[in-house]
Amino acid sequence: MAKNIGRRVLQTLLVLFCVSLAIFILLRIVPGDAITTMMGEHADAETIARLTAEMDLDKPFYVQFWTYLKDICTGNFGTSYTLHKPVTELLAAAFPNTVKLALIAAAIAWMIGILCGVVAAVTKDGILDRLFMGFSLFGVSIPVFMVAMVLQYLIAYRLGWVSISGVEKWTGFILPAVALGWNSAGSIARLTRSTLVEVLQEDYIDTAKAKGLGRPAVIFLHALRNAMLPVITMMALQISSLLSGAVITETIFSINGIGRLAVDAITSRDIPLLQGTVLFTTVIVILGNLVADCLYTVLDPRIRKGA
Amino acid sequence: MRRKKEQPGQEVDRKEALAAQLGESDTLKDKMGRMAADNKLAVFSAVVIAVFILAAVFAPYLTPFDFDEMDLMARLAPPSSKHLLGTDELGRDVLTRLLYGARVSLVVGIVPTIISMLVGAVLGMVSGYIGGITDSVIMRLADVVLSFPSLLLAMVIMYTMGDGIVSIFIALAVTNWASVARVVRSETLSLRETEYVEAARSMGVKDVAIIFRHILPNCIPSLIVLFTLNVPSAILSESSLSFLGIGVQLPNSSWGLMVNMGRTFLYNAPWLSLVPSAAIMLVVLAFNFLGDGLRDVLDPHLKNS
Repeated sequence: MAKNIGRRVLQTLLVLFCVSLAIFILLRIVPGDAITTMMGEHADAETIARLTAEMDLDKPFYVQFWTYLKDICTGNFGTSYTLHKPVTELLAAAFPNTVKLALIAAAIAWMIGILCGVVAAVTKDGILDRLFMGFSLFGVSIPVFMVAMVLQYLIAYRLGWVSISGVEKWTGFILPAVALGWNSAGSIARLTRSTLVEVLQEDYIDTAKAKGLGRPAVIFLHALRNAMLPVITMMALQISSLLSGAVITETIFSINGIGRLAVDAITSRDIPLLQGTVLFTTVIVILGNLVADCLYTVLDPRIRKGA
Repeated sequence: MRRKKEQPGQEVDRKEALAAQLGESDTLKDKMGRMAADNKLAVFSAVVIAVFILAAVFAPYLTPFDFDEMDLMARLAPPSSKHLLGTDELGRDVLTRLLYGARVSLVVGIVPTIISMLVGAVLGMVSGYIGGITDSVIMRLADVVLSFPSLLLAMVIMYTMGDGIVSIFIALAVTNWASVARVVRSETLSLRETEYVEAARSMGVKDVAIIFRHILPNCIPSLIVLFTLNVPSAILSESSLSFLGIGVQLPNSSWGLMVNMGRTFLYNAPWLSLVPSAAIMLVVLAFNFLGDGLRDVLDPHLKNS
């Protein structure tokens, strides 16, 4: 098991290196000139010269990359051109909001998703099954911004139950979290159903029933435990989609999070800020996947003992 | 060993095995026919998709208004008999713009998906067939692409490439080829060991010919399923990019851009943003239902992937 995890960690380090190289290439070696792309056609010669020196663009490629790598390893993402603050500081201010949003969204999505999935699996081919599965495909297909705007219009504007945007009060997180979690709930429900249906046909479930265990005990103590393994992996992987989906949700509900920072960085062509937000989010996602993999190895006795 | 009992997928496998024993082969056409008979929802979805495509193609003939025709006396008019889906802030007919926007949204759903399928299929087959260092390099590259949150990667590519439809094609193709390559690679790995591939190799058939003549045709069912499931995700990605203002740019229009423009008027004219959202949802839903149906008959083992 330790060997498996060790190999995974090495692989992750390699991916991290390649990801930072990819972002570096995409943002610096843009076709034409990075400075013009960033500042527009009207930048004066002095600014161009200053930025070229600041970004090491006059040095050879490997020197630029080495400086960049050293900087990001020490948490130095440079200074934002538009907000005139260190990018690290901006990230630190925005990250808690994104995390809160993603966690509340995940909690809502997973609760609803697992519940629907279990009910659908238990009533396989029945009315509830069809209803929940139709509903979950609906959940997967509906764009995040549509859920967000419908909620904003109905709950916040028409009914006035919560504020339309902003997260000064904790209730401000409810609508964005539901909007963000909607898609995830759909896919969790579908996966829970399909794995649970499979597990419920196993021999040990028959054994448990033959012992005289009640239906709830069989489902929750025996079946669900095994059915949850792939679901847990998917939950960890969903952190990725929640963080990148947060881009849209944060924009609609004016939440000062990483996603909105990334959108602001693109619209104002702020390279250090864009680089920082993308790199930061991607690293979080990669580490999340690593944790998910290790968790899977630890949780599943078949992998733990077998490999 | 875990013993699995009967599942829908295996049932299909068994039917196929039985058919093979009886000397009947189940062609692609037969499978499609079976889906058409069993899965009414998938057929209905195919019809919905066809209607949207026809509506996009024949947009000029379906509406009395021009794409850019403004009626400043009827700004933000709610749905009525004259303007079935209302008008926008410049008095343009929303239904007309929806029909024209469908062109961009569907093209952006389909073209990058075709590009990513081609790239992914070729790289996946090469990776699986040749193996070794080529395989490692291609698969690590896929890992890198897949480890980015896809929307963020698309955003960065849009930044690098600049605005425009071609940039969107590239951004979506780059973010989507990797998952195709993974599926095709794993299929190739098992096809490589089949007797007919071995026979071809022993007869001295070149690798390129084996890949395109023997392996590719056997990957077609999975590719059809992946295509149907990747088109809606490309449509969603484009609409997200355009919604954020970094996708399709004015004076072009797409559903995502319509939602973005309409968002300012969410409270006094909700149809402006909700109508195109609903169109996106309908198309995506139809593609997903069709993809699910196709997967059940063509490629049951893709089910949990």
